[in-house]
Amino acid sequence: MPNILEVQNLAKNYGDFQAVKGVSFNIEEGEIFSLLGPNGAGKTTTISMLSTLYIPTSGDAIIAGYSITRNPMDVRNAIGVVPQDLALYEDLTAKENLIFWGQMYGLSGKSLANRVDEVLEQIGLTDKAKDRVKTYSGGMKRRVNIGVGLLHKPKLLFMDEPTVGIDPQSRRAILDTVKELNQQGMTLLYTTHYMEEAEELSNRVGIIDHGQLIAIGTQKELTKQVGETETLMLHISENDDPETLVTAFKGIKDVLEANVVNHEVSVITHSAKDVLAQVVTKANERGIKIHSIDIREPNLEAVFLHLTGRALRD
Amino acid sequence: MLKTFLIGIKDLRIAFRDRAALILMLAAPFVLTLGLGMVTGRFSGNSNNGLADIPVVIVNLDNKELGNALADVFRSEELAELVEPTFSADPEAARLLVDEDKSAAAIIIPAGFTQSIIPSQNAFAPGSPEPAVIPVEIYANPSRPTSSGIIKSIVDEFISRVEEGSLSGQTSILQLMLSGRITPQQAEAAGTAMGQRLQDAPNNDTLAITLNSSTADGKAVQFDVLAYLAPGMALMFLMYTVSYGGRSILAEKTQGTLPRLLVTPTNSAQILGGKVFGIFLTGTAQMLILIGASSLLFQLKWGDALGVIALVLAAVFGATGWGMFITALARTPAQVASVGSAIMLIFGIMGGSFISLDQLPPVVQNFAKITPNSWALDGFTTLGLGGTLADLSTPITALLSMGMILFLISVVLFGKKNLVQK
Ligand SMILES: Nc1ncnc2c1ncn2[C@@H]1O[C@H](COP(=O)(O)OP(=O)(O)O)[C@@H](O)[C@H]1O
Ligand SMILES: [Mg+2]
Repeated sequence: MPNILEVQNLAKNYGDFQAVKGVSFNIEEGEIFSLLGPNGAGKTTTISMLSTLYIPTSGDAIIAGYSITRNPMDVRNAIGVVPQDLALYEDLTAKENLIFWGQMYGLSGKSLANRVDEVLEQIGLTDKAKDRVKTYSGGMKRRVNIGVGLLHKPKLLFMDEPTVGIDPQSRRAILDTVKELNQQGMTLLYTTHYMEEAEELSNRVGIIDHGQLIAIGTQKELTKQVGETETLMLHISENDDPETLVTAFKGIKDVLEANVVNHEVSVITHSAKDVLAQVVTKANERGIKIHSIDIREPNLEAVFLHLTGRALRD
Repeated sequence: MLKTFLIGIKDLRIAFRDRAALILMLAAPFVLTLGLGMVTGRFSGNSNNGLADIPVVIVNLDNKELGNALADVFRSEELAELVEPTFSADPEAARLLVDEDKSAAAIIIPAGFTQSIIPSQNAFAPGSPEPAVIPVEIYANPSRPTSSGIIKSIVDEFISRVEEGSLSGQTSILQLMLSGRITPQQAEAAGTAMGQRLQDAPNNDTLAITLNSSTADGKAVQFDVLAYLAPGMALMFLMYTVSYGGRSILAEKTQGTLPRLLVTPTNSAQILGGKVFGIFLTGTAQMLILIGASSLLFQLKWGDALGVIALVLAAVFGATGWGMFITALARTPAQVASVGSAIMLIFGIMGGSFISLDQLPPVVQNFAKITPNSWALDGFTTLGLGGTLADLSTPITALLSMGMILFLISVVLFGKKNLVQK
């Protein structure tokens, strides 16, 4: 498949601060490419340059044959953008928002009306289309925010952390929508700091940290770098403090890393069966009840840890 | 162009959905007009208002029938409340009174005024040219546009009746003479009678100011105070609307819609243009609604429709310039809002929305020239007094220039401020 996006040494400084330090990667037509990295890694800055909002300090990118620095208007026609923060008119209804944004993409008349109806269907808001956005739940607003990016049927869609701060159900709906869009032929650049999302969605992943791409490839390729590790995921009661366990587990020999992930405790080790007993004992000593334990194959979390010595979510 | 229009429409729609904005754009000026109208007695038939005892100095160098008749108009019972005439024989002294702001206007009735309208026997010798009418000079005080406007309208009304020569469909004396139906000797008597009639039975017309005889006692002079209050209030809250619109420019930045607009195939000039157009549309809609409502509900006569529309457009343009300027100077939407409210009040007071400018010190009157309120109010007063579009060239030019200058400064400031690019 040909590349729809080629990023060449893209860099951005805010004053003296280098937010993005020269990243290069390609996205093939038809794939979902994830930029995975912690907060402040430079994901939004990268997307803002690619969507022609910010002018790069150096470097360039070619999207659908057009340079983001030399042909920004052509780039804008080729891409759809779903910004990290909601960007909607809350006093307008979902439908009015979609109509307005469609007009900004040059749509009009019957084709605009049809397209708005299609998008409303796709984001599941046909019934609520005539309510003002400000009356919506966070999840519904996020869906409208996505819908705006789809109106002109872009070849390439940028989605910047579209699931931050919403309930699990809405999150599920959004992830399903992303997959559906991809099946319909849309190429996606998806940024996230959730390892699970990158794992579930992407064909390829770029791991970004401190403005640098530190690894890129399929999940298989990336996890190979880590070597043989396993991750134990401990599910504990809401009332118990996972941090005390993390501290305790770090003292166990053979435990490479312990972290809190969504109130679960993750333990990375070379051999799950060697540490399992000690993990359970330490928990019991502290009166913390373990509801369940998952043992997982090497994952992107482990890759990030391996490459940076830090957890993805600190 | 189309996108600019669409962005403007979008903003108009949003403004009219914002309940708080609607209260300030429409309800507040309406209620204040109503309230102040009651205080000043518009609704109780009492004609007392802010405009009383306008000082005017009259120099009657004519001392014949028509000159005396005009002077008597100002002495009349009907105008006793409205004007405070003084009489002088020295035109220079009279002009000086105006220059020193002791008088709103000087009326200088030139020698030979009557004769130029009602020629004497000699002048009417066959073959001699038809004498040109010698105009009455009105030396107006530019810092008292409203008062001098009223004086001017009284004189204009007198002159136009003289020139038309008719109070109740009579043929003009001049025509009568020229056609030989009365002799020049008779003309003098006719002139005297005419002067008398001009004084006694001024006609009734639809202007906001009338030397009228239609009120209960048949004596009161009416300047409809609402014709001053309603535009004053509308203009004051027009300043709210433009700062509301300016605020929305910065709000679009913080709410992320401006960056989002900039990643659509729309350039920044179209976007800024759209925002300005939105402010303009909203302000125009606000003014037209207020004008429409007060016409319907208070039977307020705003005057010449074409003039009103042109003046509204110019006033909103000038005010929009201010809205842009405030926005270009501010950093946050909240700053625009607070500066906007302050300017609304200051301009409201300085611009004469509450009290006639004539009653303010000269420094304030000069400062008032930077407000769109004062120019527009001046224009609305002219229209209320029966003026037309043709009489509005000064306020309209001032408002348009004000808007242009502020707009250009704002664009430069916006460029420096760099709304989006990082
Ligand atoms: N407008 C800005 N001015 C200065 N620094 C910024 C600005 N935007 C982002 N940064 C900094 O640049 C870095 C990258 O930010 P960002 O691209 O938003 O990261 P991410 O989206 O991955 O969380 C962070 O350290 C952030 O604080
Ligand atoms: Mg971000």
